[in-house]
Amino acid sequence: MPSKELETQDMLLNMGPQHPSTHGVLRLVLRTDGELVSDVTPVVGYLHRCAEKIGENLRYEQYVPYTDRMDYLSSMSDNLALCLAVERLMKIEIPPRAQYIRVIMAELNRIASHLLAFGTFGLDVGAFTPFLYAWREREMILNMFEYVCGARLTYNYMKVGGVWKDVDKKFAEMVNNFLSIFDDKLKEYNDLLSYNQIFITRTKGLGVIPRDMALAWGLSGPIARASGIEWDLRRAEPYSSYDKFEFRIPVGRPGIGVVGDCWNRYFVRIEEMVESGRILRQALDGLPSGKFSADVKRGYKVPAGEAYTVIENPRGELGFYIISDGSDTPLRVKIRAPSFVNLSVLPEISRGVLIADLIAILGSIDIVLGEIDR
Amino acid sequence: MSLIEGKFGRNLLITSVDQVVNWSRASSLWPMLFGIACCAIEMMATAASRYDWDRLGLIPRATPRQSDLMIVAGTVNAKMAQVVRKLYDQMPEPRYVIAMGACTVGGGPYFKWGYSVVKGVDKVVPVDVYVPGCPPRPEALLDGIVKLQEKIRRQTISKDFEVPSPDTVQTAALY
Repeated sequence: MPSKELETQDMLLNMGPQHPSTHGVLRLVLRTDGELVSDVTPVVGYLHRCAEKIGENLRYEQYVPYTDRMDYLSSMSDNLALCLAVERLMKIEIPPRAQYIRVIMAELNRIASHLLAFGTFGLDVGAFTPFLYAWREREMILNMFEYVCGARLTYNYMKVGGVWKDVDKKFAEMVNNFLSIFDDKLKEYNDLLSYNQIFITRTKGLGVIPRDMALAWGLSGPIARASGIEWDLRRAEPYSSYDKFEFRIPVGRPGIGVVGDCWNRYFVRIEEMVESGRILRQALDGLPSGKFSADVKRGYKVPAGEAYTVIENPRGELGFYIISDGSDTPLRVKIRAPSFVNLSVLPEISRGVLIADLIAILGSIDIVLGEIDR
Repeated sequence: MSLIEGKFGRNLLITSVDQVVNWSRASSLWPMLFGIACCAIEMMATAASRYDWDRLGLIPRATPRQSDLMIVAGTVNAKMAQVVRKLYDQMPEPRYVIAMGACTVGGGPYFKWGYSVVKGVDKVVPVDVYVPGCPPRPEALLDGIVKLQEKIRRQTISKDFEVPSPDTVQTAALY
């Protein structure tokens, strides 16, 4: 029989929610043709924890810990986004020292988050050692957080008006210690993974998101920057005195990989860690003295109105939209989660790839399920 | 377990078989690579360089069919509960469950307003050790694992009967 008359059947393959490479409880329904993926449907909701509804029931200061648990890899940024939205409604002037401390914490958390992304991306493509290396440095950052606010993962450190506790000399020493070794460690990571020929062969030219597609799907963060879009909210709409710092916005470049492929998405994160280190150095050197929090009484009421603030979280553009009716609880909270938007492009770029490559694409998007399902 | 269960009477031989079986079970607990939420990050920390749970004999397995231990790390909601139950059913006996974190112990911060959250994973699967905390520190999880190993060492394969640990006996004698 001639082969064109042979009928091929598509096979539906379920991946997740329990799967070591889906970064949590994402479920993907794959339509496969042999080893090739012809269609992907993400199924979300396995970690829905009512983050937005809880906001309507609790006072603003009680709601901050829940934002910790939303994007649990960058809790500081989430705290910050909520506090900025409330502060915009209340029109509070934040003391410069508090703003600088916030920047320090957000950048430290960005490094910690990118380190985890680096480690788990290595795991996804079959390299186990980078994971152990990344956690070695991540534990140093977690130590600093623990020193300053007592928690390793869910901090509840920011509050409306500033931060809960001042930083001291020992903390600055810890950060400086970390920064003094971190450049060498980054070189180590590059030798180990970034310029590893096996890794490059595995990730270059894979899952390419062209610039237009990135814009059309509303992508943000390292994914959009890897596609060549120089868009960083720290530069475009500076918040919390980010306009006082000098840093470069790393974008994807042709060379080792194609612009917008997995390798570039990965490498933009490595470069961002360098830039975060630069911001940290500047913030520590120029840390102003003064109060670490504005005077905000407990049980405050927020004037009626609505506010939307966006910040650059390690995964992209995180937005908090708050409607207040003048009481001490929000009337409605809506969160624009970067991971959710970034995940939506996955079916578009993974048609026709191998199943093993789909894992690499998913790893390079670096999603956090707590934020997608909320 | 079912192969030798009830085949031996209680005698000198069974005591030593107990010891051998318990020793091997307790020191090669293979956990399932299964994280749900924030606690999974602390579970990864426990597995990674600093805390290194390999030294307790824990080697993560990617499939329930090869694992003895399920660490439920993170909030279980109504949609996830059926998956947790299915995974538990797929694990071969003897199987153990550690409930890690406040959410799996009893709903945690989502107890009051979390309409979708299962208030405690023990409503879905039987739990051996509870590790509270939000999230628990890696030391707490390691302590939970050691507690589970102590529990396994008290098991016997002849009956559903737990031999009291020397500590309990001593404490009872004290009071």
